[in-house]
Amino acid sequence: MAIEKPDVLFKNISHRPPQGDWMDVQSKIKPGRYCYAGDPEALEYVGLPNPRKWNPLDDDWKLPENWQEIVIGGLKERLDRFRSFKIFMDVCVRCGACADKCHFFIGSGDPKNMPVLRAELLRSIYRGEITKAGKILGRFAGGRKLTEEVLKEIWYYYYQCTECRRCSVFCPYGIDQAEITIIGRELLNLIGLNIDWIAKPVANCYRTGNHLGIQPHAFKDMIDFFCDDIEEVCGIRPEPTFNKVGADILFVTPSGDVFADPGTYTCMGYLMLFHYLKEEYGLDVTWSTYASEGGNFGFFTSHEMMKRLNAKMYMEAKRLGVKWILGGECGHMWRVIHQYMDTMNGPADFLETPVSPITGTKFQSAASTKMVHIVEFTADLIKNGKLNLDKSRNANIKATFHDSCNTSRGMGFFEEPRYIIKNVLDNFYEMPEGTTKEQTFCCGGGSGLNAGENEEIRMMGGLPRANAVKFVHDRHDVNMLSCICAIDRATLTQSVNYWVPGVEVCGLHELVGNALVLPGESERETDLRAEPLPGKEEE
Amino acid sequence: MKAIYSMFLVFALILLAMIGAGAMGMEYLFGVIIPYLAVVVFIVGFAAKVVGWGKAAVPFNITTTCGQGKSLPWIKENKIENPSSTGGVIARMFFEIFLFRSLFRNSKVELHDGQRVAYSSSKWLWLFAILFHYTFLVIFLRHMRFFTEPVPFPFEMLDKMDSMLQIGAPALYLSSVVAIAALSYLLLRRLFVPSVRYISQPADYFPLFLILSVLVSGIMMRYFVKTDIMAVKELTMGLVTFRPVVPEGVGSIFYVHLFLVSVLLFYFPMSKLMHMGGVFLSPTRNMPANTREVRHVNPWNYPVKVHTYEAYEDEFREKMVEADLPVVKPLEETVENAENKE
Repeated sequence: MAIEKPDVLFKNISHRPPQGDWMDVQSKIKPGRYCYAGDPEALEYVGLPNPRKWNPLDDDWKLPENWQEIVIGGLKERLDRFRSFKIFMDVCVRCGACADKCHFFIGSGDPKNMPVLRAELLRSIYRGEITKAGKILGRFAGGRKLTEEVLKEIWYYYYQCTECRRCSVFCPYGIDQAEITIIGRELLNLIGLNIDWIAKPVANCYRTGNHLGIQPHAFKDMIDFFCDDIEEVCGIRPEPTFNKVGADILFVTPSGDVFADPGTYTCMGYLMLFHYLKEEYGLDVTWSTYASEGGNFGFFTSHEMMKRLNAKMYMEAKRLGVKWILGGECGHMWRVIHQYMDTMNGPADFLETPVSPITGTKFQSAASTKMVHIVEFTADLIKNGKLNLDKSRNANIKATFHDSCNTSRGMGFFEEPRYIIKNVLDNFYEMPEGTTKEQTFCCGGGSGLNAGENEEIRMMGGLPRANAVKFVHDRHDVNMLSCICAIDRATLTQSVNYWVPGVEVCGLHELVGNALVLPGESERETDLRAEPLPGKEEE
Repeated sequence: MKAIYSMFLVFALILLAMIGAGAMGMEYLFGVIIPYLAVVVFIVGFAAKVVGWGKAAVPFNITTTCGQGKSLPWIKENKIENPSSTGGVIARMFFEIFLFRSLFRNSKVELHDGQRVAYSSSKWLWLFAILFHYTFLVIFLRHMRFFTEPVPFPFEMLDKMDSMLQIGAPALYLSSVVAIAALSYLLLRRLFVPSVRYISQPADYFPLFLILSVLVSGIMMRYFVKTDIMAVKELTMGLVTFRPVVPEGVGSIFYVHLFLVSVLLFYFPMSKLMHMGGVFLSPTRNMPANTREVRHVNPWNYPVKVHTYEAYEDEFREKMVEADLPVVKPLEETVENAENKE
């Protein structure tokens, strides 16, 4: 489906809700705003319920006969299992502070994309089916029954939430729509309502270790291919190791870095850094083909699925006997590592508290999880003067930095990436206040929504981010949007190209790779993208 | 419509008290039985709700981080917005509960010509919300003079300060005026801001009208429909000392006021007003963001089915060997094993 031109799309946004009661306004599922249904084969492979072929545009979603019982039972169970969910169902006062904080609402104007109303879709069921007041007073108490129409609406809008948590920053009670969406999707998955852009990667990650289902030999081929490219740029070929028992550190990154431009350049940056550290300081980092996916599509399915996929990291670290784990640039991967992994699959007592063997820095903040973010690792190297960096190679780049939702609102990871940027290039500009750090905007494709068929809603959701980029592009000629998330790199490339042509997207370690002077390298003519370096444009 | 329903419901409640306690002479019911019941329902209901929340597990640490986290020693952490210690959490909760920190962040988005999305600070909601909550607290506290004898000094002081402008006789309470103004703002906002109107339910209008009518009936009693204040105190003291009496000459306006307060107490535990208790327990705010440093335990963590390395290697061994990837079991061995089995 062709999408409108940016100016038309922008002009058509209205934040004025329709007349009448939202409970009476039945939402129609619109092409461009939903993702295709999960492939039954993928569901079967990992044992998810109700695998079948179905189409969200059809009337019949082929639900199990007792679907209401399953959903309401699941809802009750989760009210006991998650205090967060129970409180979030009870205490919202509908003050509306969250309403215009959601990128999907800002860009689409669809009132059910106001976080408060997206939550009310489920809350109304909680009241109408579970609480006494709601059962007796019905709509006067904001309750309603779980009908098929209501269910379809929940599916539609819970896959129009990227779990970015921006609303939770503004909520006076800390109500986190991401948490409600996560549990809402868990309920939907109980009766086989999901999307293929999540279901297939889940099955692929489970089987092969990466979201595209690339098998081990092909995974290695991809990395080899990057090594060839690096050799072409600087005359030095990194020699990464795979599945190496007894290595110092296991490195895990989202598979997007291995398979999708422009993440691939970030991946080259990692390879160059590891090569440098091996040559200069003897650091032994290994990659795993088995635990080759840092991203966790299980997180977008259910807590259980998240745990099943995440388990590989610790299992592989144990098998290889490494000291600790290093993680690549990724958003939700880090939300899972930071807030879930140790709880779900720990304690990782077979690993050591991470210490950088090069600087001696002990990563106390990762003492229990035993996993360090490559950005803090590199920042520490730079701070201690361990890297030979040549900023001038990035002189053509005027960069801004996009804080990824998960590392921002799930970790508070703000200064580490900025420190690296400022040390690898000179032209750095911040986007306007209110769009960065804890108030950063989602790329529009997080939480498994970066599909092709939902392009319209992705561009709508991408508007606030892209618009802030446009601001620094217009004012300072910014031409590079740097970020530390694989989904960002994929999604923003499209949405920035749509809203602000002329700006490219990169990962932080691509910039590091450009600036890093490898021992014995030949004079570089191009950067990692094979673009001529500053001063080498002519000839 | 939803607002009108709610308003009529409050009118009906007022009428009920007027007829019941006034015309029908059921002062004991409205002055003693209903208030006692209301307090019991409030306390039991509130406690039950909080205990219910408390019983629910906290499986994961899902702090929303709103500042720089604890990291390398040379990076300055924001100890309040992203607390890594209990002290930080307490400070964060203090700002949240007493100053409405998160609401203070509120901003407004506007779309402008030339494809420009603009954000501006929007503190009105914060201002009127905090004004309402604090003045309501003051009103609650200065009512304590009806339930204590002799009246402790702090309550006396509060009463004096609240009426220090000395407007009219009896002196006008500032808190009442501000509370009504703030509530009116919150109500008008619901009625006239289209998006807020769209999300509003009867359960949002009803408490607004109810509290407004509590305030108005209180003010009426003080300034317009004179009530025998000594008789009222006799009744309220009777209630707190569990020796209930219904003195003569307490006007029906007092019973209306008391009945509306009772309804508020009845309604409280089953409504969104429970945000008063919930704000203390919200896991995104009251947990330290130290999950990588200190392991959080999930009480219902259960084993799950995983794809082991062994199963993975079994499936891909041949291709791995071909690509020079190390394997645990050599290829020949597995072939032999397979043959032996046959």
